[in-house]
Amino acid sequence: MAQHQVRYLQDGGLPVLLTTADKILQWGRSNSLWALTYGLACCAIEMMASGASRYDFDRFGTIFRASPRQADLMIVAGTLTKKHAEFIRRLYDQMAEPKWVISMGSCANTGGMFNTYATVQGVDRVIPVDIYLPGCAPRPETLQYAVMMLQKQIRRESAFQKLKPKRLV
Amino acid sequence: MMRRYQEKGDVQKKAYYNDRFWVAPQIPKDPVESDEIFAKDLESLKSKFEIKEAYIQRGQMVVYIDPKDNRDVLKHLKEELAYNFLSELSAIDWLAQKGEFEIFYQMLSTSKRKRMRVKCFIKEKEAIESVCDIYKSADWAEREMYDMFGVIVNNHPYMKRILMPDDWQGHPLRKDYPLHGDEFAQWYEVDKIFGKEYRDIIGPENRDSAYVNERDTKHFARIRHEVRFGEEPSKEPTDLMKEYQEEGGVFLIKKFKKDKSITLKERK
Repeated sequence: MAQHQVRYLQDGGLPVLLTTADKILQWGRSNSLWALTYGLACCAIEMMASGASRYDFDRFGTIFRASPRQADLMIVAGTLTKKHAEFIRRLYDQMAEPKWVISMGSCANTGGMFNTYATVQGVDRVIPVDIYLPGCAPRPETLQYAVMMLQKQIRRESAFQKLKPKRLV
Repeated sequence: MMRRYQEKGDVQKKAYYNDRFWVAPQIPKDPVESDEIFAKDLESLKSKFEIKEAYIQRGQMVVYIDPKDNRDVLKHLKEELAYNFLSELSAIDWLAQKGEFEIFYQMLSTSKRKRMRVKCFIKEKEAIESVCDIYKSADWAEREMYDMFGVIVNNHPYMKRILMPDDWQGHPLRKDYPLHGDEFAQWYEVDKIFGKEYRDIIGPENRDSAYVNERDTKHFARIRHEVRFGEEPSKEPTDLMKEYQEEGGVFLIKKFKKDKSITLKERK
């Protein structure tokens, strides 16, 4: 008889899955990170390559959306000029919570080689950043890695935490 | 404005390097008579306008005129002398040396296959007449000249900044404008988005590209010693950023285990 014993909690014995609300919610969130199409400079080419068939962001559930209302993730890909700074802030404010930001490439991280009067010296002066991705420009693999790191970070967070005011909000 | 000479062999090894201005050697100037077509053009110009100086440099004629004549000279060049293109127009800042701007108009004649440059000097607060209605290409070029140098152009249809934001202060291509921006420029985005009271919270820009501070984990942590934002820096190498999956794996997502993977010898 032992061979017919149903081990309810192992081997998928019972068609029931036990988990916590936190885990299932954050698992869902982490696997459907819709990103805002936010290409500002040459990093945008790498971001587009990541979205296209060879690297295929759709595997991670990351689809580019053209509206901040539908996006969870903002990938700031490129140089942010001072003229444009107010618009990035406005788009970030229009995104629905919860939202995350990846700062992609040297220019978005620190201003990069554009150490001049017209460039914002790091996008974190304007919006809060979750992941800084170095490189000039980062390869699509690197952007994938950043998204995976972000997924890990999201899974670690609690789903029902009070929306903590992030820096600069 | 000559900079002092420095040995540049080991520049790459230094964290700081501030040798900036290089004075280009002058290209030799030829007399206008050396070219037949240019000599004729100059004669035609001289009969109508006051020409202060003229020479040929690198195969292009350069003519200095009175700034008040700029419209008439360009009209004459277009209608009589077949210079049908105005390829570029801008200013050169000589404020420190002479207190003047040098305005240049770069012309091209496709039928003669010749390029020439019309130049004139104006004082800092002086305005120049627009040539928009003669050459359409002057429209944006004059706006850019106003934006970058603050040269005011009279009778322009839409005299507004073209590159910098409308509420910008200062003219960035002037020699006395600092490369990293004046105070207005450095705080522009903070002042505009959050207001001046946020300056203390955000802090000044880090303009030092050689800046390294191991204790500062609010900006960058050391590679392989990463900690979370603002935490104490760790002495031990951290594992924080190496693994992109948790220990137990993630629901429905298989973890790639290198030792259990199989390498195919032959293609299936």
